[in-house]
Amino acid sequence: MTRKQKRLAGIGAIGVVLMSAVFMVMFALNDEIVFFYSPTDVIVEKKAANGERFRLGGLVKEGSLVKTGNTVSFIITDTEYELKASYVGILPDLFREGQGVIAEGALNASGDFAADTVLAKHDENYISKEVADTLREKGVWQGNGPKNKASSGQNAKAGK
Amino acid sequence: MIAEIGHFALVIALALSLIQSVLPAWGAKIKDTRLMAVGQTTAPAIFLFIALSFAALTNAYVTSDFSLINVWSNSHSDQPLIYKFTSVWGNHEGSMLLWVMILAFFASLVAVFGNTLPATLRANVLSVQAWILVAFLLFVLFTSNPFERQIPAPFEGNDLNPILQDLGLAIHPPMLYLGYVGFSITFSFAIAAMMGGRIDAAWARWVRPWALIAWVFLTAGIAMGSYWAYYELGWGGWWFWDPVENASFIPWLSGTALLHSALVMEKREALKIWTLLLAIITFSMSLLGTFLVRSGVLTSVHSFANDPERGVFILIILLIFIGGSLTLFAFRSSSLKAGGLFQPISREGALVFNNLFLATAAATVLVGTLYPLIIEVINGAKISVGEPFFNMTFGPIMLPLLILMPLGPLLSWKRADFYPAMQRLFAVFISAVLVAILVLAFTKDEPYLAAIGIGLAAWVILGAFAEIATRANFRKAGLVGGLHRIKGLPRSMWGTAFGHLGMGVMLLGIVGVSAFEKELVVEIKPKDVVTISGYELKYNGVIPVTGPNYSESVLNFTVSKPGEKTFELNPTKRFYTARKTPTTEAAIETIWLSQLYVSLGDIKSDGSVVLRVWWKPLIVCIWLGAFFMSLGGLISLSDRRLRVGVAKTSKGRTKFKSLENAV
Repeated sequence: MTRKQKRLAGIGAIGVVLMSAVFMVMFALNDEIVFFYSPTDVIVEKKAANGERFRLGGLVKEGSLVKTGNTVSFIITDTEYELKASYVGILPDLFREGQGVIAEGALNASGDFAADTVLAKHDENYISKEVADTLREKGVWQGNGPKNKASSGQNAKAGK
Repeated sequence: MIAEIGHFALVIALALSLIQSVLPAWGAKIKDTRLMAVGQTTAPAIFLFIALSFAALTNAYVTSDFSLINVWSNSHSDQPLIYKFTSVWGNHEGSMLLWVMILAFFASLVAVFGNTLPATLRANVLSVQAWILVAFLLFVLFTSNPFERQIPAPFEGNDLNPILQDLGLAIHPPMLYLGYVGFSITFSFAIAAMMGGRIDAAWARWVRPWALIAWVFLTAGIAMGSYWAYYELGWGGWWFWDPVENASFIPWLSGTALLHSALVMEKREALKIWTLLLAIITFSMSLLGTFLVRSGVLTSVHSFANDPERGVFILIILLIFIGGSLTLFAFRSSSLKAGGLFQPISREGALVFNNLFLATAAATVLVGTLYPLIIEVINGAKISVGEPFFNMTFGPIMLPLLILMPLGPLLSWKRADFYPAMQRLFAVFISAVLVAILVLAFTKDEPYLAAIGIGLAAWVILGAFAEIATRANFRKAGLVGGLHRIKGLPRSMWGTAFGHLGMGVMLLGIVGVSAFEKELVVEIKPKDVVTISGYELKYNGVIPVTGPNYSESVLNFTVSKPGEKTFELNPTKRFYTARKTPTTEAAIETIWLSQLYVSLGDIKSDGSVVLRVWWKPLIVCIWLGAFFMSLGGLISLSDRRLRVGVAKTSKGRTKFKSLENAV
């Protein structure tokens, strides 16, 4: 091979690798992403159809937490609509009624949300951006109560 | 008063950084040696002043000075002393102070130990490092000042976030920052080289030790973080492909590519433009990671309360540095002479292959991490990209890399023959196939993929030492002669071997735990017995214990398996009184390379509790692999020191020269 041909072959090989990577990424981004919905999205706009995996976010409704054996159930609300969720396993330590939560899973046959993952928070002052946005849309920013606003000022900012 | 000294020291450090960001570079331009030398004085001084500031903050934490808002919100007078120390960097402000301190530390290392560098290069490197220092000192002083006071001072603090009250936190962030920030030096070298104009093999030789140091710490830091999340969060996972984790993984991938490409540049004076670009990209990715973690633009399972306004500040720093460096690169790279072409079957060809795949992998992780942001900006939809995406993309990209990993070191520079190299790997190949067959024979109903995966791990592990075995040539030289030859091998060869070994060991752990893990979720009462993977866990009851700043309920289990020693496991629910926060302390027993992991839910008054039990086969290999990789890096570094004189001394310098002549 001449020098030029060699160079072309090298560039060609690199191109093939990059193209297949791009192809794989695009394919995966089409199939393997998980949407975030609020209860309103699911109930009114019917966004989560036939067994699609999605993340459901909102507040854990006060007084809705029930534990039976290794299964827990609770209600996720965006203050307008609400959806019953169930989960087998151990809830994160910072899971509390009246606070923000994100769970991942799918709707089951009866239209309830079967979660296989409940995302943990590392910090009691933290509320995820998605949940904050959802609540802001509903015009009911509640954050985590006035105590945290005073201590960190961070939720107050997120809520402006 | 001491806090004010700390604050003031930071301001002085900023002033010195401003001086250092101009004078040495100006001196390099007008060829004034006295101006160039300024950096050698200011850089250690900046480090000392920031260290003083850090000491002042530490003092405030240790003495529980709650008149500082930062101390008040992240500390408690009842904390054990060790956590009063670690609280210093267990929060945003303090950890940023640690960040700039490490930045200044690396600059002062160059100032003190960079005697063998050309004066202009050293001056420029110190100036560029000072630009980064100025940016981040401004960030600390204006948005994240840990020395802010409040009047009147409260009597008691809010305590450190309980999950951070752990020894893992004592080590993980400093390690990670040494890695992240360490790559600032390679960045500064790249910019300095483009300013000074001399980019050759010598440059690569100067940069590689710094890249190695940063890489060793980054590897150890990521592994520590992974292990900390694994045992402290109580959900048994070691990697989640979470934005915060990816933020540290992307620089690791590009940093690993940089290590390998700098090798080509050093030995063959090729890949110059690419190596420069990698040096810029690696630190840019560190900055991007800092931005993602601090701003909270992405939802992460590891998120702490964060502040969007700080995010904007870091974003500006990010844009200036990435934009500026890439612009400079665009102007200068065209004037660089491209290295010669080389044979595809050669050491350098293999390293190009390595770089192609590592860079592609880094880009893939970057796309997956940023995609939710992009989608939200485009059409407002909120999405998350998780494990399935990365399994589908990252996995296939790493596969060819792992398959060819043992081959690379066996190829010689310039021009190599493929078949002799393959012949040398023949024994390794047969062993790997045997391992795969054994796995297939001894496991039932397990996917074939697991056997192939473990076979591949054996291939990488055994192949890592193929080069050394070849050099020793026991068959010809005999045992004594072979050992003698091994003694004479350069340390960097051992470094490579251990680095690659680490990759194989880690793969073994990943495959083992993904394929053969057992999990159980049950509600049990005292005296109940749970069985998993042959182990019987007998629940004896709950013991209440009072700790320094928490109270805890310790569950006591006796674990037995026929033919093995019985042991106890004590998973614990803790309640931290100051923050009124419960935490779960999982109980983990390491049995050879596997672990038995027990986590728990809320304990009811009759002692019944929901238990989550895992049998995690080979999981220790994941972190053991990272340990071998870091070890490999350190071994290489010890070799480099002799040759390059990274570490000072006039003796080192002469040695360097004589070796230079010898080479």
